[in-house]
Amino acid sequence: MAKSKSAYSDPGKKGKLDTHIIVVWVDNEAGVLARVAGLFSGRGYNIESLAVAEVDPKRGISRITIVTTGTPQVIEQIKLQLGKLIPVHKVADFMRGDKKIIFKEMALLKLVGNTAKRNKALKVCKKFNPVVLDKTQKSVVLQITALRRDIDTVMGDLKKFGLVSVSRTGAVAMTRGAEIFK
Amino acid sequence: MSKLYTGAEIVFKCMEDQKVEFIFGYPGGAVLPIYDELKNHDDIKHILARHEQGAGHAAEGYARSCGKPGVVLVTSGPGATNVVTALTDAYMDSIPLVCISGQVPTHLIGTDAFQECDTTGITRPCTKHNWLVKDVKDLAKTIHKAFEVATTGRPGPVLVDIPKDIQFQKAKYTNFKKQKKLNGKSNNRFSQKDIDKLIDMMSKAKQPIFYTGGGVINSGPKASEKLRELVSITSFPITSTLQGLGSFPGDDNQFLGMLGMHGTYEANNAMHDCDLMINIGARFDDRITGKIDEFSPKSKKVHIDIDPSSINKNVKVDLPIVGDVSDVISLLIKTIKKNKPNFLKSNKQNTSKWWEQIAKWRSVNSLNFINSDKTIKPQFAIQRLYELTKNKDTFITTEVGQHQMWAAQHYKFDKPNRWMTSGGLGTMGYGLPAAVGVQIAHPDKLVVDIAGEASVLMTMQEMSTAVQYNLPIKIFILNNEYMGMVRQWQELLHEKNYSESYTAALPDFVKLAEAYGCAGIRAKTPDELDQKIQEMIDVKKPVIFDCLVDKEENCFPMIPSGKPHNQMLLGPNDQKQNKITGKGKTLV
Repeated sequence: MAKSKSAYSDPGKKGKLDTHIIVVWVDNEAGVLARVAGLFSGRGYNIESLAVAEVDPKRGISRITIVTTGTPQVIEQIKLQLGKLIPVHKVADFMRGDKKIIFKEMALLKLVGNTAKRNKALKVCKKFNPVVLDKTQKSVVLQITALRRDIDTVMGDLKKFGLVSVSRTGAVAMTRGAEIFK
Repeated sequence: MSKLYTGAEIVFKCMEDQKVEFIFGYPGGAVLPIYDELKNHDDIKHILARHEQGAGHAAEGYARSCGKPGVVLVTSGPGATNVVTALTDAYMDSIPLVCISGQVPTHLIGTDAFQECDTTGITRPCTKHNWLVKDVKDLAKTIHKAFEVATTGRPGPVLVDIPKDIQFQKAKYTNFKKQKKLNGKSNNRFSQKDIDKLIDMMSKAKQPIFYTGGGVINSGPKASEKLRELVSITSFPITSTLQGLGSFPGDDNQFLGMLGMHGTYEANNAMHDCDLMINIGARFDDRITGKIDEFSPKSKKVHIDIDPSSINKNVKVDLPIVGDVSDVISLLIKTIKKNKPNFLKSNKQNTSKWWEQIAKWRSVNSLNFINSDKTIKPQFAIQRLYELTKNKDTFITTEVGQHQMWAAQHYKFDKPNRWMTSGGLGTMGYGLPAAVGVQIAHPDKLVVDIAGEASVLMTMQEMSTAVQYNLPIKIFILNNEYMGMVRQWQELLHEKNYSESYTAALPDFVKLAEAYGCAGIRAKTPDELDQKIQEMIDVKKPVIFDCLVDKEENCFPMIPSGKPHNQMLLGPNDQKQNKITGKGKTLV
């Protein structure tokens, strides 16, 4: 065993990491995103993606959707620590695989190439509701909405069809059916 | 039309409504309007520190010793950055502080103006919440909210940053009505069912232990009273963290002493071997748990805490009870008395073997040390200080290091709020300014800062504050010329390479005391110690006491890094010491 010269204990066993989607309702005030992001960086939690916008202008409520990975213990801590922030109203948490929840990310893809290539590209995206936002003789800008993994796959597939630029959002989430997040 | 007040006036209106008596601070350009207003408010006294960190620690000492929030007033830029250490310290140890900082005028924010810094950005991770007030109409509301956040739930520091132009602008002020019971029900998320479950676990336990922390102190004096009652009607053993000392009498037979890295043999072994651990207001800090994987492997764990995020953070528990310690214990006692009137009797049988085991551990006498008649042993110095001050309702603050641990081991507290030490952050330089704050809150009491010569030099300038306000604080320096705890770790873990832990060119503390206008006393031998300590107590002035102690004494017992509770290093007096030290040294 290597000699430890630390005044602190050695790290224990690492648990299994799960991907969770954390939804936070906050007062839309100055610095609130920094508080949430700072909590994650300060305590060493991951942020895989982040989406934030005001959803209730009347009450000034913003909704932050964070995709994160962690052991069950870490995920529990993330929720409780977020709950302690003063501008936070409520916190919801979902496993990525949860069937009751819809997750979506959007990507804008710019492809440069001839018509044949561009048509093939459209075909590749077909499953993910491609919308042509802009078209020229040489190029096309597509919008697709899908899960992160799917967008990753599409991006890989599109490389050979002239993909030159990608812009992506973080994930947003919504429950299926009549229920809302509690 | 109602009267308009300037921002600076509103600050004081709020203070008055919050019943603030003392502000600890330091003036500067961006807070001058507030300082200008000070003269109109006789009921609020400003204590001028010599450094903003000192102001912050003084406010902490004040808050800890009297239970009211400490108020700090600093200027922008360096004023704000200097107070960051104190804010972080208060955050780690859950001390209610309200810091008001000046800021450059709103139109200059973001221009790198003179003495500008992003105060809310810098203090965001070390406060419960902070605010930049950009509209004078929000000022009163914000300050009152700041007091509410600082003092409710798990207490902590907050900061309100007020740009200079806002201090001049005018707005209405509506009198503040304190909402009733802000701190009450909303934090309590436990039910009778949880209590019943806990009592069931308690009645089955054969090797139970109470592990109590600073949460008991923070819950108020009533919590300490209730804790004493609970411990006496259960006859369970009890151990306390560094921050919890004083919530239970240190000389009571059921008290096993402090636990953790420098805790007693009996407390740590009882924690390791127990079958039921009831954590009351402590947070499973790494100095307490040692190696997490081997922490108290056989026990069911109950955790009573007001902060839900403390539950399962470091150690997974079987029964979490989220609530105010005082409320939880009150209901627990009530339920035991109602449902289990014979609890004590049946329980004494259940735990008799456990107490026999504890007696065996106790007989090791782990706080023992080899005394000397030539040099003053630091432990002996604290024992003598305790004996000579114990009948005086003494308030003790400390710096950080060996002296702090010796103080925790050898000074016995029997009341809450008498022990002020920087536990979470471990801030060297805490004790002297904290003593200033304690003495402000308790002008007629004996306040002693048990210090190390290295720590105390970090905030030594605050002696000047003590002299200015006639605060007869006693700075009791255990002077070994080393950063003792650093030296100890270097001896045990770094092959005695005492890298930079010796302080050459120390000042003559007696002359230093005289330079500050206070009394300087030096003790060199064990024979003269008592008389010198008595002299220190009798002087009605601030005192710097230079107690020259053994330079190479180590603080034992000690759980080395990454070790479980039952693998402690004991002091040189113990016969088993060689064996354990040998094994410990290869393993650490």
